[in-house]
Amino acid sequence: MKLSLGAMAEPGSTRVTKTGAWRTFVPQVDHEACIKCSLCEIYCPEACIHQVEGLFVPDLDYCKGCGVCANECPRNAIEMILEEK
Amino acid sequence: MQNLFAPGHRACAGCAMPTAVKLILDAAGPNTIVASPTGCLEVISTPFPESAWEVAWIHSLFENAAAVASGIDVVMKRLGKEDTNILVIAGDGSTFDIGIGCISGMFERGHNVKYICYDNEAYMNTGVQRSSSTPFCTNTTTTPAGKVSFGNPLPKKDMPAIAVAHRVPYVATASVAYPVDLRKKVKRACEIKGPAYIQISAPCITGWNFEAGNTIEIARLAVETCLWPLYEYVFGELDGVKKVRSKKPVEDYLKTQGRYRHLFRKEGGAEVIAKIQAMADANALKFGLLG
Repeated sequence: MKLSLGAMAEPGSTRVTKTGAWRTFVPQVDHEACIKCSLCEIYCPEACIHQVEGLFVPDLDYCKGCGVCANECPRNAIEMILEEK
Repeated sequence: MQNLFAPGHRACAGCAMPTAVKLILDAAGPNTIVASPTGCLEVISTPFPESAWEVAWIHSLFENAAAVASGIDVVMKRLGKEDTNILVIAGDGSTFDIGIGCISGMFERGHNVKYICYDNEAYMNTGVQRSSSTPFCTNTTTTPAGKVSFGNPLPKKDMPAIAVAHRVPYVATASVAYPVDLRKKVKRACEIKGPAYIQISAPCITGWNFEAGNTIEIARLAVETCLWPLYEYVFGELDGVKKVRSKKPVEDYLKTQGRYRHLFRKEGGAEVIAKIQAMADANALKFGLLG
């Protein structure tokens, strides 16, 4: 590995590592029950829940399956289910 | 919300600290330079050659983040770029113990540096050793609870009071469970010229021993039991507190975490819990948290 002066790294370059591989449980969002409060997006430690065409969707490339979103959802619109790989 | 802390970082699933960091950066904005000491944050955000940071970020040593940030402040003043926010984001080990000398110097010299501590109440990165932020009677690997001990024999160091004693213009506590309050406090710290100190409650799933999904709930319980009062000191005066609408008994908080399991199993545990309740009651009285 070639080290740059001061060991510099490109901004946001952890994106090359897909931490979704760590996951055991996967969040399943009931978009009908969602009231779009955006708490799941705010609390997500991976910053991987985003609004896509109006719907809050976890990016499964990075979601580690911690379940914070499901626990904090005021309408219980997110369920953590065992993922079959 | 703008996202300046990229996914792909290596924090444990359910860690509170990345949530704190993304909220801090959302409030501070892209015109920000961050210095971090050694700690979980450094390790999980910058596994070389990668970096999760989307603002300028520098790591040097465990003890000197406040000194590094002081230097950045001097350079930015010389360059006439005083509108850039200079932050330190550090864990409690480097804040309460290892870096406190450099922090004291930075506060005393009055640098325009906003020092933010994500407080998970022990050295988590190296394996849950006690820090001076660890609360009373907590089980850690260096203060193990067992036949003759209830864990950490000393109360948590009052770091915000130490900052206030340095005449730091803005001192506040915050919690990942209260994101609006947290962002408001970071913004306010950035607006007031001179040093600031913000201490953020950030539960640790491995060190505190709880299920990953419960992180935010536990941070909220710390506030609702008055064990983690949310307050602001502006120019040395108490300027505002987050009121607790219905105060919960400390057991509600303690029983959620493996690090307090011994208090419910060991003879004499009830007396210890009563002492912790007295600490919460004292917080409620001191800061006027109720009513």
